[in-house]
Amino acid sequence: MLHTDMKTIVKYILLDLFKNKTILVYTFILAVLAVSVLSMSGNSSKGLLSLLNITLLFVPIISILFATIYFFNSMEFIELLLAQSVRRKTMILAEYCGVASALSIAYLLGVGLPSVLLNYSPASITLIFSGIFLTLIFTAIALLIFVVFKDKTKGIGAAIITALFFTLLFDGLLLSFIYSFSEYPIDKPLLGLISFNPVDLGRILVLLQLDVAVMMGYSGALFKEFMGSVIGSVYTLGCMSLWVLIPLAASVRKFKRKDL
Amino acid sequence: MKRTFGQIAFLFAALLIAAECGASIIKVKPAPNAIHNAIAKARTGDTVVIMKGTYKEHEITVRKRLVLTGNSFPVIDGENKYQLFLIQCDSVIIRGLQIQNVGKASMTDMAGIKVINAKGVIVDNNKFINNTFGVYLQNAAFCSVSNNIIHSDFKDEINGGNGIHAWRSDHLSISGNIISGQRDGIYFEFVTESKIISNRSFGNARYGLHFMFSHNDTYTKNTFNDNGAGVAVMYSHGVNMYDNEFIHNWGDASYGLLLKEITDSRITRNRFIKNTIGLHMEGTTRVDVRQNLFQDNGWAARVQASCSGSNFIQNNFIGNSFDVATNGTMMLNNFDSNYWDKYDGYDLNKNNVGDVPYYPVSVYSVVTEKIPSAMILYHSLLTDIMDQVEKVLPTIIPDKLRDDHPLMKKIKL
Amino acid sequence: MISITHLTKTFGKFKALDDVTLHFERGTTISLLGPNGSGKTTLIKSILGLVIPEKGSIIIDGDEIRSNVSYRSRIGYMPQIGRYPENMTIKQVIDMIKEMRKECTVYDNELINGFGLTAIQHKTMRSLSGGTRQKVSACLAFLFSPDIYILDEPTAGLDPLSSELLKEKIRKERAKGKLFLITSHVLSDLDDITSHIVYLQDGKVMFYNEVDELKRSTGENKLNKVIATIMQEDLLIDATY
Repeated sequence: MLHTDMKTIVKYILLDLFKNKTILVYTFILAVLAVSVLSMSGNSSKGLLSLLNITLLFVPIISILFATIYFFNSMEFIELLLAQSVRRKTMILAEYCGVASALSIAYLLGVGLPSVLLNYSPASITLIFSGIFLTLIFTAIALLIFVVFKDKTKGIGAAIITALFFTLLFDGLLLSFIYSFSEYPIDKPLLGLISFNPVDLGRILVLLQLDVAVMMGYSGALFKEFMGSVIGSVYTLGCMSLWVLIPLAASVRKFKRKDL
Repeated sequence: MKRTFGQIAFLFAALLIAAECGASIIKVKPAPNAIHNAIAKARTGDTVVIMKGTYKEHEITVRKRLVLTGNSFPVIDGENKYQLFLIQCDSVIIRGLQIQNVGKASMTDMAGIKVINAKGVIVDNNKFINNTFGVYLQNAAFCSVSNNIIHSDFKDEINGGNGIHAWRSDHLSISGNIISGQRDGIYFEFVTESKIISNRSFGNARYGLHFMFSHNDTYTKNTFNDNGAGVAVMYSHGVNMYDNEFIHNWGDASYGLLLKEITDSRITRNRFIKNTIGLHMEGTTRVDVRQNLFQDNGWAARVQASCSGSNFIQNNFIGNSFDVATNGTMMLNNFDSNYWDKYDGYDLNKNNVGDVPYYPVSVYSVVTEKIPSAMILYHSLLTDIMDQVEKVLPTIIPDKLRDDHPLMKKIKL
Repeated sequence: MISITHLTKTFGKFKALDDVTLHFERGTTISLLGPNGSGKTTLIKSILGLVIPEKGSIIIDGDEIRSNVSYRSRIGYMPQIGRYPENMTIKQVIDMIKEMRKECTVYDNELINGFGLTAIQHKTMRSLSGGTRQKVSACLAFLFSPDIYILDEPTAGLDPLSSELLKEKIRKERAKGKLFLITSHVLSDLDDITSHIVYLQDGKVMFYNEVDELKRSTGENKLNKVIATIMQEDLLIDATY
């Protein structure tokens, strides 16, 4: 019952989102940037680096903003479906799956397809993998924001702040941390700290696949050694997954008791 | 003056060979101690032709002026235990041999061909395979090592030896050799007035070229690529490096070219491509860096604050992650009239010179020079923004480190 | 049919429902009246399980609603604001709801036909006027012939013709013994279909009575006059204290 309801709702959300202008424009812009960046820069590593920057800049902010707005706009629709004896957990997860898959498909078409066609390499695959994970993560955070905040305006504000925090502020704090403790061996703590920011995690994952990794010096070497190992890969994958699962679980928990 | 003396010496040697053209030719076929016996039998000026085959002989000492020639690359095998040729006489010529499996010893440097206290020795067109040291020159002068192929499969920096090793020598000519898989491709220590021309040194465990305390030497048209740490030039003066290529020396601590305590030298028309650090300068004085190409390096040039009086003029900087990095706030070197692809100034009077200065050091590179761990933020949005802000409000970067006449177009090199 | 006992719900300091006890029977049409913030919407949302009350219970046909969500399939709900995913067509919305209620195979298409929605079924929700969206909401509420109807401001955005159509439909369904809970602020709209009135204020039930009874006791014929008279009496009583 839970399963079929979920499938039905996801199907119709996707039908809606595939006609959504923002999703179409997002896909189109990603595709134009990806194709131009990959075909213009002569060497593949450089093209991928630019694509990485595009991913890190656009994916978190667009995912979280779009998802937050979409969730808030679906409020009445959610109420209507809940009144049709859909369970709350099913409903909220269906909303998440719908939006997350639409955004992921947009990323796959916009960035994934061009980079596989024009520049197939392990690094490209890692980039796509990171981009998808960032989409899933920031959509999950958007869901949590939707569940926590009653007011749409406040929700959007929170979404912007969250995106800024992870793309910019966190790194600023990290830099001041590195600055203050530069006398100490901080490379291992750094490895731990990075896990608290999915954007950094995704960035380093891709950088390690590219030859610019050697520029990251000792920390980079340490990261490479760790993330290259089986335990490291499992750890990284685990971190990324937790970044999806924790906000999702929290959302479901909170949504079950939420007054609509 | 010294150079002309060298040429005369060569001529003199050549005349001697010509004069004794009638000297006899001794053919050697594989047999126990065949080469030893032949050399013992030979008279000064004779030619020993070593026929095709494998010779397990070692410690072959040459104390007469002989020509040793291989016929279809006979193999002289050291069985991973012994050293092979020891040349202790002037004007010996060795060519056409395949010298392999020289052994290792902790007390002596074992080499395929070791030249000790000799002048005018010529080592050419030989193959050196899996030797600790290939050619070893000690107190040698006016020697020529050319067109040899030197290769080793040892991947071990500590136990390996150098391809061409020269110590306390002068007026050497090292040309056209292809060296790979050694510890250092070419190693010079206390070697002066010498030339290194058109060699290719690649895939060596440490340096493609490594020289110290070697003054007034010239290096041209060599290619150094994919070496563990690139090329290191240290504690020398009067070094001329022209038309060399430093390519893809890529690793945690790899340099295209590392200069340390170098004075009054010239780095001209070289190509530094895809190295972690293209050109690293430390404690250099009056080094002229002119008309070089720096392309796709991590750091094109890293100029430590201990450098002074050096000029960077008319170089092309293209596609480097960082153009220039420095560790201090002082800059006593001069950057002028270079082409920087990151320059986004304008040229109103169309004289091909940008109207506003270019600052080749980015804030982020200043930060990472101080705290290398900060490289972990490489390619993050934060660092991009830091650099953009710094462009508008310069505060951290050394003010003197700027190019007042950045060129608008690439220099044709 | 619906028994509400001691229902209490607070939002922060604000008491939306304060010890509400009500009982609704089959075959009645109950108008939920009261000023803004009186607790009407909270009450119907509580019945729908969208708002979770702190105290009290709601029992529908002997089952406490918290124990099972399946009771909701017997309720037809028409929300106040009909907002749907923008790019869905009318047909997709209706199809989706049908898919979610697989157990029901007989559909009541009377309103869909009456409002003429079939002719415009390929229009997207974004392109529809507020009134048309209300019609879609109404159709969805009636589609599965439920036992209980909860209509939140059903006639607010409708044109007079559609409004009449809907009222006619309500009358017809009530005759079959269905229960209607309707909130509205336009009193005169409900005059002719209402059988009972619940008046809420500050989360409390001010009165709950049959319309005929109220008319008799106040001597007024129009519903809004009835209410006005009662309110005045209340004020008078308040003033005497």
